[in-house]
Amino acid sequence: MDPEVLNAYFPLYIQAFWLTVKIGWLGIALSLVIGAIAAFTLHFRIPLFAKITAVYVELFRNTPLLVQLFFIYFALPKIGVSLSAESCGVLGLGLLGGSYMAEAFRSGLDSIPASQTQSALALGMKRSQMFRYVIFPEALTISVPAVVANMIFLLKETSVFSAISLMDLMFTAKDLIGLYYNTTEALFMLVIFYVVMLLPVSVLGSLAEKKVRYRSFGV
Amino acid sequence: MEEILTVKKISKKYEDVDVFSDLSLSVKKGEKVVIVGPSGCGKSTFLRCLNGLETIDEGEILIDGEKLRQDTKEIYHIREKLGMVFQSYDLFPHLSILQNIVLAPVRVQKRDKKEAEAEAMELLERVGLSSKKDNYPRQLSGGQKQRVAIVRALLMHPEILLLDEITAALDPEMVREVLEVVLLLAREGRTMLIVTHEMQFAKAVADRMIFLDEGRIVEEGSPEEFFTHPRTDRLKKFLKSFAYE
Amino acid sequence: MGFDVLLKGNNLLRLLQGLEVALKISLLSVVISLAGGVLLGVVVSLKNNVVNGVYRVYLEIVRIMPQLVLLFIVYFGTTKAMGINLSAEAASVIVFSFWGIAEMADLVRGALAGIPVIQYEASYALGLNRIQAYRFVIVPQILRRMVPLSINLITRMIKTTSLVMMIGIVEVLKVGQQIIEANRKTSPNGAFGVFAVVFLLYFLACWPISMLSKYLEKKWEN
Repeated sequence: MDPEVLNAYFPLYIQAFWLTVKIGWLGIALSLVIGAIAAFTLHFRIPLFAKITAVYVELFRNTPLLVQLFFIYFALPKIGVSLSAESCGVLGLGLLGGSYMAEAFRSGLDSIPASQTQSALALGMKRSQMFRYVIFPEALTISVPAVVANMIFLLKETSVFSAISLMDLMFTAKDLIGLYYNTTEALFMLVIFYVVMLLPVSVLGSLAEKKVRYRSFGV
Repeated sequence: MEEILTVKKISKKYEDVDVFSDLSLSVKKGEKVVIVGPSGCGKSTFLRCLNGLETIDEGEILIDGEKLRQDTKEIYHIREKLGMVFQSYDLFPHLSILQNIVLAPVRVQKRDKKEAEAEAMELLERVGLSSKKDNYPRQLSGGQKQRVAIVRALLMHPEILLLDEITAALDPEMVREVLEVVLLLAREGRTMLIVTHEMQFAKAVADRMIFLDEGRIVEEGSPEEFFTHPRTDRLKKFLKSFAYE
Repeated sequence: MGFDVLLKGNNLLRLLQGLEVALKISLLSVVISLAGGVLLGVVVSLKNNVVNGVYRVYLEIVRIMPQLVLLFIVYFGTTKAMGINLSAEAASVIVFSFWGIAEMADLVRGALAGIPVIQYEASYALGLNRIQAYRFVIVPQILRRMVPLSINLITRMIKTTSLVMMIGIVEVLKVGQQIIEANRKTSPNGAFGVFAVVFLLYFLACWPISMLSKYLEKKWEN
C-alpha cells in the first residue's frame, strides 16, 4: 500500500463519508417518521389508510433499493417530479426504511397485552395518557432491537447511492480504481470508512438490546 | 409385597451445595408415595434423578431390581419403566395430541401403530379428551394438556409413575380435573411417586407421606398421623403455612 | 408515459432475460448458503471456543460490511492481490454465499438454542434415545422455525442481486438502461415505463415468496 496515495485521497474520502453519513441518517430519520405513521395506521386498522399502507409496505419490502432509486431518480422526472440526487437518496432510503420500521413498530404495538391497556384504564388514566405513559413506551422498548437492526441495514444500503451519481464512498472508491488503478488503497479506505460508520451503531445496538432484554426479564 | 424402587443413600451436589445427601427410600408395588416439602428442598431434583435426567454423586438406585447406571444405553430401557409427567406439561408442539401420545410407544417400544392408537383413544376417552385427538397442544387448556401428558406417560405401560408438581402451573379450576385423573389411576393400583403442594389431594391419594426439607427426609408416615399428629416442629410449621387462620 | 418502448422489438423479452440472470445468481447463492449455513450453524452450536471466536468475527464482518463493498473487494481486490481474473458472476456468487452462510448459520444456531431443555428431557423421560429425540422431536420443531426464515432469505438474496449491475453484469436494470438509451429519440419518456416495469418485475419475483414465508410462519407458530 502506498501511503502517498492514502494521504492524497483521504480528503476525498472524508468528503464522501460526510455525504454518505448525512444522507444515511436523514433517510433513517425519515424512515422513523414514515414507519411510525404506517405502524399506527396498521395497528389501529384505520379504514382505507390501512389498506394503502399495507400496499406501500409490501411494495417497498419486496423490491431492492437500487430499483426504487432508479425509479425515483430516472423515471419520476418523466412525469414532472424532479428531485436532486441527494433528495432522491434521502427519499428512497426513507421509503424503503419506512416499510421496515413500520413492521418493527407494529409488532411492538401488537405485542402489548390487552391487560396492560385495562390496568392503565383501571388506574384512571385517560386514553391519551395510557398511550403516552404505558403503551408507547412499552411498544418502543420492544421494538428497539428491530429498529437498531433496521438502522444498520439502512446505513449499509447507502452503498448503492453512487448509482444515481452521488459522490459517496463507493463512488470515490470506484473512481480510484477505474481512473488510477489504486485498487488496494481504494478498497482499504472504503472498508475503514464503513467500519467507522457502522461499528459504533452495531456496538450500541448490542448494548441497547441487552438493556432491553434485562428490562423485560426484570418484570 | 415386592419392592419396585429402592433408593440407597444417594447424594447430590450442585457446585458444593448439597441438594440432598444420604437419602434412602423404598417403594412397594402399587404403593402411592407423596413427597411434600418447601420450595428448593430438593424434591423435584430427587424425582429427576430417579430416571436419570440428573446424575447422582453417591449411592445407588434400583428399579425393579435393576441398577440405574447413567452412562449406559440401559438408561433408555429403564426409563421405559418410569413414566414421568412434568409441571410444564411440555407436550411436543409440532405434533397433534394423538401423535404426541403414540410417538414413544411406536418409536421406542416398536409397537404396532394401530394398536397403540387404539389404546391411546381408550385412555383419552377415559380422561374425557377423545374429541381432541387431532388438535395441537396450543389449542388445549393447561388442564387438558396435563391430562394428555399423563396419558402419554401411561401408554408406555410404566411400572412407576413420577408426577412432578403436575398442578403447580394450572389455574385452580383446572387442578381438580387433573387430580381426579390421578385418583382414578391410584385406585387402579398403580405405583406412583408424587411431588405436590396440594395437601388435600395428598391426603386423599397417599399410602405414605414423606416430608423432605433441606435435602433430608424429616418425617415419614401414614397420611393420618402425618397430617393430624405431625411429630417434628418443622413439619408442623410447614403444614401450618397451608392453613388460613 | 413511455410504456410503448417495451412493446418495440423484443424489449420486454430482453428485460425478462435480464431478470433471469439475477435470479440464477441468487438461486445458486441460496443453495450454497442453505447447505453451508446449516453445517456451520450446527458446528457453532457445539460451542467450541476457537470456532465460535472466528464465527463471531465473521458474523460481525457480514453484519457491518455492505454487500456492495464485499463485492468490490472480491471482484476488484482478488484480481489485484492474487492475479486471478474472477468473472463478475463468480464474484457475485462468492459474496452472496459468504453473506448467506453467515445469516443461515445464525438462524440455525438461534433455532437450536430456542428449543427449551424440557423438550429434550420430556423425550428422554419417554424413553427416546438421543438420536430418536432429535429425529422425532427436536429437528421437526427446528425445521418449522427455520423454513419460513430461510424462505425469507431467498427474497433478500433476490433483492441483493440487483447490486451486480454495479460490477458490470448485464441484468435487468442494466438491460433497462440499454433499452432507454437505444430509444432515447423515439421514446423520450421510456425511462418511466421501463423502470416502472423493472420495479414491478422485482416485486412479482419477491412478493409471492414473502407471502409463502408469512403463511408458513403463521401456520406453524405454536
